[in-house]
Amino acid sequence: MRRRPIASFLFLHPRLTLALLILPPLLWIGVVYLGSIGTLVVQSLFRLDDFTGMVVREFTFETWRRFFTGANLDIVRRTVAMAACVTLAAVALAFPVAYYMARCATARLRAFLMLAVLLPLWSSYLVRVYAWKLILAKEGVVSWVFDRAGLAGILDGVLDLPLIGGPSLSVSWIGTFLAFTYVWLPYMILPIEAALEKVPESLLEASSDLGARPRETFRRVVLPLAFPGIVAGSIFTFSLTLGDFVVPGVLGNSSLFIGQAVLAHQGTAGNIPLAAAFTVVPMAIMGVYLLAARRAGAFEAL
Amino acid sequence: MTPVVVFRNVSRHFGNVRAVDDVSLEIGDGEFFSLLGPSGSGKTTCLRLIAGFDVPTSGEIELHGTPANRLPPFERDVNTVFQDYALFPHMTVGENIAYGPSIRRVPRDERERRVAEMLDLVRLPGVADRRPSQLSGGQRQRVALARALINRPRLLLLDEPLGALDLKLRQQMQIELKGIQERLGITFVYVTHDQEEALAMSDRLAVFRSGRIDQVGTPAGVYENPATAFVADFVGISNLVHGPDAQAIAGSPAPFTIRPEKIRMLETDAAPGPGDLAAEGTIQDVVYLGMHTRYRVTLTTGAVLTVVAQNRDAAAGDVHALRGRPVRLAWPRDQARPVEDRR
Repeated sequence: MRRRPIASFLFLHPRLTLALLILPPLLWIGVVYLGSIGTLVVQSLFRLDDFTGMVVREFTFETWRRFFTGANLDIVRRTVAMAACVTLAAVALAFPVAYYMARCATARLRAFLMLAVLLPLWSSYLVRVYAWKLILAKEGVVSWVFDRAGLAGILDGVLDLPLIGGPSLSVSWIGTFLAFTYVWLPYMILPIEAALEKVPESLLEASSDLGARPRETFRRVVLPLAFPGIVAGSIFTFSLTLGDFVVPGVLGNSSLFIGQAVLAHQGTAGNIPLAAAFTVVPMAIMGVYLLAARRAGAFEAL
Repeated sequence: MTPVVVFRNVSRHFGNVRAVDDVSLEIGDGEFFSLLGPSGSGKTTCLRLIAGFDVPTSGEIELHGTPANRLPPFERDVNTVFQDYALFPHMTVGENIAYGPSIRRVPRDERERRVAEMLDLVRLPGVADRRPSQLSGGQRQRVALARALINRPRLLLLDEPLGALDLKLRQQMQIELKGIQERLGITFVYVTHDQEEALAMSDRLAVFRSGRIDQVGTPAGVYENPATAFVADFVGISNLVHGPDAQAIAGSPAPFTIRPEKIRMLETDAAPGPGDLAAEGTIQDVVYLGMHTRYRVTLTTGAVLTVVAQNRDAAAGDVHALRGRPVRLAWPRDQARPVEDRR
């Protein structure tokens, strides 16, 4: 019989085998992910010397004091509000699609819809964002359609709205919102679809059997069981919106979002500590969000 | 008294598949009625038609004397115990059981009282705060039963409710289910593929074969007087004799069945009783089963009959020595039941 000394040794030491297998990914996660987050937090505790433009590497809350000022907080508030709106819109759009895919469509149609949802993700997101600029521009297809339909007044009325309006859709927050909702929608559809797919038909039948109308079955059975999927999807849409700088750069007015602030401070301004502080904010928000979701029972049916 | 369930020429087709094919049926008030048949024979589809999860392609369904073809499940006075129990995983056991009353806006303390009552009924007190995932299969089964009974339905449907339980637990639950049914006096419609279970529990049963009902009757009626060769074969063990074999034994080629335990095995020179049918053969196989012994006897005509004999006396040494021994089989003529041979 052929001897396999290494295989025998590993077989007899399962813990060592496990350690050897898990060490590389553990190192990768520990150093590359957690390590860099730790560095970020530490960076935010340094400060920029205004006179020399150099980072002073000693611990201080100076950067955070500067962070909590009107303009910076406006950026945070604006971004969080946008992320919340985008997330709500994504849930509203994604749920019916996901429900149809998971519970109504035939296997073939489901596969086709899955492809339709995933396909946009395979093309460059920059291209798609710039495409939205053309669609929403003053001479773009949207205003053309409104023009032809004789509804130009409605479009102008919407653009005249304070705050969310602007000279055209492509330089308003409506445009930013539309593009965000468009690019993140697949990330909401997929987890909701996965959650709904796991709900056995017999649970819905049982609910109906016990006297619940479809609306009550939806509220008491379908929605609670889809909730983990909604939370998972909203983690994507919310955090992706919090960190993005491309969409508000291409579409939208000149007011900054968190992603753009990070870009500006670490790039042209060279204020790495303030950029780091801006980066810590989305993480803190997501942490609070997850805790709230857990308290709401989002993970109990997992 | 109006029957609880009436099927009049009910069919349910899925494309080319006739899951239920022209079924007519009446189930009386307070009956324990079983739908018995192999898988795919249409019994579960029938149950789903009664529950309202499915709509018949043609025919009429009446529940409690009113037409119910297109009545949605939530408007039927019917509750179901599902094969996979279908307990809501995001609710506690208590919330699961209270689901029906809470939909009906029953006040909270009344609800809690009834949940406790139901947990007592299914002998599962003190688990109201647990999650279904923390219970064993048998316990989940009881919770599913409690949840279905709390609405006090006039009709309870059970879809192979004991299928996932082990033998001992299943036998215990059979007795408990029957006891609960008798105590509450409500109609049970029970789907099963286990003929022993159907015989043990039912007042009446319907034997299904490929979407149709072959026979409806009491357990003893169906067992002793099977209407078709299929029923004879599916309910218990049976010998089907037909063609030349029937001609040689009974003097007519009409097919008949004879139960293995009705056959006496005699010495070749012993005379059969007056009016008995008899046949000569050779013991081919012997299976000793403790309570009884099962023989397979090849007749001179070529047919093979199964014979079961009680081991009333101490086992006679090596049963396998009986193999190859010539015997005479005899049974009362009226135990040979003529059947329709449609398989």
